[in-house]
Amino acid sequence: MRLAWPAALGSLLILFVRSIESFEVPALLGLPVGIHVYTSAIYQAIHQYPSQIGLAAAYAVTLLLLTSLGIYAQSRLSSQGARFSTVTGKGFRPRTIDLGRWRYLTATIFILYFVVIVLLPFLVLAWSSLQKFYSAPSWAALSRVSLDSYRAVLAYPQFANTVWNSVVLALGSATTVMLMSAVIAWIVVRTKVPGRWMLDNLASLPLVFPGLVLGLAIMVCYLYVDIGVYGTLWIMFIAYVTRFLPYGMRYNSTSMLQIHKELEESAAMSGASWSMTFRRVVLPLLKPGLLAGWIYVMIVSIRELSSSILLYSPGTEVVSIMIWELWQNGQYVELSALGVMLIVALFLMVMLAQLAGRRFGIAET
Amino acid sequence: MLSVRSLFTEYANERGGAVKAAQNVSFEVPEGKLFTLLGPSGCGKTTMLRSIAGLEKPIAGEIEVAGRLVYSSDKGVFVAPNKRNFGMVFQSYAIWPHMNVFQNVAFPLEVRRFAKKDIRDKVMRVLHAVALEELVDRDATKLSGGQQQRLALARALVMEPQLLLLDEPLSNLDAKLRDRMRSELKRLQRDLNLTTVYVTHDQTEALALSHEIAVMNEGRVVQVGTPRQIYEQPMDQFVADFVGTTNFIGGTVTALGDGRCVVSSAVGELKAHASEGVSKNATVIVSVRPEDVELSEQPPIAADGDNVCRGTVDAKDFLGDYLDFHVKVGDVVLLAKAHPSLRTPTGDPIYLRMKADKCVAISRQ
Repeated sequence: MRLAWPAALGSLLILFVRSIESFEVPALLGLPVGIHVYTSAIYQAIHQYPSQIGLAAAYAVTLLLLTSLGIYAQSRLSSQGARFSTVTGKGFRPRTIDLGRWRYLTATIFILYFVVIVLLPFLVLAWSSLQKFYSAPSWAALSRVSLDSYRAVLAYPQFANTVWNSVVLALGSATTVMLMSAVIAWIVVRTKVPGRWMLDNLASLPLVFPGLVLGLAIMVCYLYVDIGVYGTLWIMFIAYVTRFLPYGMRYNSTSMLQIHKELEESAAMSGASWSMTFRRVVLPLLKPGLLAGWIYVMIVSIRELSSSILLYSPGTEVVSIMIWELWQNGQYVELSALGVMLIVALFLMVMLAQLAGRRFGIAET
Repeated sequence: MLSVRSLFTEYANERGGAVKAAQNVSFEVPEGKLFTLLGPSGCGKTTMLRSIAGLEKPIAGEIEVAGRLVYSSDKGVFVAPNKRNFGMVFQSYAIWPHMNVFQNVAFPLEVRRFAKKDIRDKVMRVLHAVALEELVDRDATKLSGGQQQRLALARALVMEPQLLLLDEPLSNLDAKLRDRMRSELKRLQRDLNLTTVYVTHDQTEALALSHEIAVMNEGRVVQVGTPRQIYEQPMDQFVADFVGTTNFIGGTVTALGDGRCVVSSAVGELKAHASEGVSKNATVIVSVRPEDVELSEQPPIAADGDNVCRGTVDAKDFLGDYLDFHVKVGDVVLLAKAHPSLRTPTGDPIYLRMKADKCVAISRQ
């Protein structure tokens, strides 16, 4: 138990930061009934007329301070003792513990957790998407099952455009994030460039920015620095790449540490230039991590709401914004239909990517 | 062919401090010869090799290969490793796990933009030379240790390098395989007439393979010579001790002349070969190899120049093809290698004969 303390406290801090910066849940459940938290206050300050950017910024800075403190404390905690414990990952063998009779209890808890957290909400979502208006599941309601809501969503004028935006953004940002963080991770892990730790920190810095704060910062920044990205997909692309770069770093630097330096040196001795070595040796060896990170960034990009909500403009809506608007308009049935489609699409994507990963992955030794 | 002139190198330790690796190292390797850097771990031999390869940058000195300067601190020359055209076999072999045997060997040629057909021909020829042509399509990770070693060698040879650099290539193999690969390596080097620099801490390998050996200790070259010179006429205590097993007998020089000397020691008067720096009345140590200590139960016929003394058998170890006798002469215990037919029991008297030119007097540091 003593040994687990730092980890437990660390998770507590992470959870604290994650909850204080989360926007979707407090906005969806809190705003209508007037419960305000930091993030929803920022959102409201921007979305009233005239918008009070100053007030939002003030909220944002305080929030940033809180999250920075949390992350700082967490990193201090986790750096004690085992800084590079990930490197030892290769020799680590998880042991199966025989739980005896307790296994029924733990299994039940797991299944219950899965049912309550994942399956039940999804089933309710699926059910309500099949109705014309929201009603509790019953035999009478069963006879009214129809696919009208799906038709309605698909017939939405901006639907195709919105999906297209989401897909392009997710693909673009996932690819950019993974390639960029691969290069940064290489510089941090491999070279002796002075100040490379700064690069590492810089790439991890967005982690302390709540999405809404980052969105606000980028919005304000490109309102003043006019390089023509404001009001286009590019500004959201910038936000996504910034926001998810730390995740890319995590995936890449972990796998980079496991690539033996001599594998690159032997490429150099074979006459390969740096870019050739990176393309032909480093990237293929990073592939498992790259692919996993790519899928992850894809998914979080498609779900991303808190930055997008401040940055989208007519014509650059994404799927998460569409869900948000449906909610605001009270179109719960259409919302459910869109939600079901989104979940199924994401699920299929993950399956496909994992299949591809297994097919083209490095042969196990 | 290769000449290294007053090279100084250092590397950074974990705390960022500089560790001096090689200090004022100079040597010449003639065309087609195998030159070995021999020394204990941490003596700077690997850093030396990596400096020749260009994987590490020395702080001062010059390296020239076939008239081309690849490094010079004075002239500010540093040729990148991928532009040097040296083949290198790493200690870990550094086989690329995401490629098969053919792709691994073809890589240096692809980098040099050879035509497809030429690549095929050259790869097959070199794979034939290392007896791997049967496994051309095998995944590199599915090779045994010896096969991986040969693959690494093939990859270094395929580009017809000017210089071959080998970093402890046999240290990861088991004893039997190591012996076989050693003679294989020797045959290949002699057949191809490749100028080779070989790094090892194993004196047997060094003695068996090399045309010339440089023994290194604490960043300095202590002695350069043929295997026979290094073994039979070590110039200092470190070389005598590190290369092979030896007996050290302390004493004082009482007479000196014509490269010979007489040493008054604990086992009596010893006629010995005087190495450089030995002067009259100086305290010296005399080194005698165990196989040069001849044992007999009867007093041996002492020719001129033989040292003969009497001792008692202190202990003996039967090692199959020979016996280790520990013989006590006065207060000194000498190790002698004897034929298993000698069966003198422990505690019995025994005679020792050591030829004068097999005893080397080394000045004491």
